[in-house]
Amino acid sequence: MAMRVDEIERLVKEALPDAQVVIEDLAGDGDHYRATIISEKFRGLPRVRQHQLVYDALGGRMGGELHALALTTSPPPSEAS
Amino acid sequence: MSDPVHERIKKQIEQDDVVLYMKGTPVFPQCGFSSGAVQVLSHLEVPFQSYNVLEDQDIREGVKTFSDWPTIPQLYVKGEFVGGFDIMREMFESGELQEMMRDKGLVEAKS
Repeated sequence: MAMRVDEIERLVKEALPDAQVVIEDLAGDGDHYRATIISEKFRGLPRVRQHQLVYDALGGRMGGELHALALTTSPPPSEAS
Repeated sequence: MSDPVHERIKKQIEQDDVVLYMKGTPVFPQCGFSSGAVQVLSHLEVPFQSYNVLEDQDIREGVKTFSDWPTIPQLYVKGEFVGGFDIMREMFESGELQEMMRDKGLVEAKS
């Protein structure tokens, strides 16, 4: 079982509508991805919470259908005031 | 009625300062991410207690609900969930992990 890039992107954007999502398929097997996700929802959250938001968005597929998703998350750079 | 597996996990993470739930053992890691986690900790020269989740299905599933984190490895420092391999690597590369270990007195401050 594996997941397609567009499916991961759709799920993430459903939970984080403002998210910018860049996904790389690391192994070409639909099972090992790297995702860089930028969303305002991450602002002020520790990394663990940021990643948990993404895992929640994937609705329990993480660790099951999706074996490996290397995550890099951050809020958008705050505009210099 | 509290979850008996969660109680076991709670005891394990309070028993040792640094605890790593992993697939395999530090000498024979069975997954790339678990192996990476071991290398990070070894590089920091911080002693840690590891638990092989492949030998204990209850713990393997229990740690996922215990910390609301779906994957293995999982690192705990002084009873607190730190993260999986991604977060360990990010914190290691930024120096945050070393700082955390020093702040908690788990490694001497390097001169």
